[in-house]
Amino acid sequence: MDVTPIWLTLKLAGITSVLLLAIGLPVAWWLSKGRSFFKIIIEAIITMPLVLPPSVLGFYLLLAFSPQHGIGKWLQHNFNIRFVFSFEGLVLASVIYSMPFMIGPIKSALQQLPLSLSQASYSLGKTRWQTFVKVLIPNIRPSLLTAVVLTFAHTLGEFGVVLMIGGNIPGVTRVASIAVYDSVEEMDYSSANTYSFILFAITFILVTGVFIFNKYQLKSPLE
Amino acid sequence: MISVDIEKKLKTYQGEQLLKINRQFPPGSITKICGPSGAGKTTFLKIVAGFIKPEKGTITAENVTWLDTGSNIFLSPQKRMAGFVFQDYALFPNMTLQQHLEYATNDTAWIKRLLSIGKLDNLVTHKPQYLSGGQQQRLAILRALAIKPKLLLMDEPFSAIDQKMKTALINNLKIVFDELGATVLIVSHNPQELEGLPGEEINIHY
Repeated sequence: MDVTPIWLTLKLAGITSVLLLAIGLPVAWWLSKGRSFFKIIIEAIITMPLVLPPSVLGFYLLLAFSPQHGIGKWLQHNFNIRFVFSFEGLVLASVIYSMPFMIGPIKSALQQLPLSLSQASYSLGKTRWQTFVKVLIPNIRPSLLTAVVLTFAHTLGEFGVVLMIGGNIPGVTRVASIAVYDSVEEMDYSSANTYSFILFAITFILVTGVFIFNKYQLKSPLE
Repeated sequence: MISVDIEKKLKTYQGEQLLKINRQFPPGSITKICGPSGAGKTTFLKIVAGFIKPEKGTITAENVTWLDTGSNIFLSPQKRMAGFVFQDYALFPNMTLQQHLEYATNDTAWIKRLLSIGKLDNLVTHKPQYLSGGQQQRLAILRALAIKPKLLLMDEPFSAIDQKMKTALINNLKIVFDELGATVLIVSHNPQELEGLPGEEINIHY
């Protein structure tokens, strides 16, 4: 059995989770503070991948980043960056597709923190950034971990959007979920079963790990 | 001298009410603010601290304008540096008792003194969720004092502290207030709770 699809999947999920954590934290913080029509629209756009068929999202990404026109042509011409049928394209699609899984839990957790926590920090002369780093983030740690694991696990299972923008290039864009589909098409049920079991096991271990960690967090009275 | 002249609309179950306060608080004075629930006592403290903007008004402290809605001046809470004791304590769940005070100040001698005033010396490694209600409330008071504020705003600060502890704490606090020269505004819905504290008493109601 070729292990490259598994390695590629883990690499994709890892890079996507790190990028989304960096993007998701400030965006979730901004969304958690107050409501405006503009924020509602942004939140709706971020949530779209939850309800949109992955093939639709993949199709629009394919059109947008096609090297024949628009942004895709501009990127290829000026920076020699090509998102279609490349690993970079998979990362871009995964970041967009998994965004609600990162931003949703972080935003909810920040909204559930009492406003007085931030106010107490401000009254001690601390800036918004100091308050965010020293008070808010440490107090949403379980939700932060949940968001990262959900994002990672969701990226492991991507199929439609990945197939549309990345195709099925061995060693480049052929991730495990596509390898499962390919193996079934070729009637190679043994390989399909192995790929599927590995994906299932990784996801199960991750989700169980989060539950155990979050339970342990509530039990620690002292540092 | 802290001068406050503000107007703020409050939404209550009886409809919209106007909170209107025009007072001066001399330096080093203690003012007890009483009134029924929902009268706007907490809102008033939060306006002074800079957490809430009133529709109209001015606040000046020692000739510095903190708020002037006419001139669009609004000094942030960070710049006002008013010590604030929150009704819900607002303790940081991730920090131990010691870390709360270290977050507010680097002055280790002052931290040691505060711990002794609050009789919390032996609980420094505990996080808030493992402290009793009274211990949490004392920590909230100590954290507000840690920045050595010139203005201290206290919202129902003794509600969870037992009578014996409260008497001892108030005696120590009076000394600290004098040392800091702090102007203190204390809110309570129950005037008896503030027995033992000197100072003027004002009522807020609509």
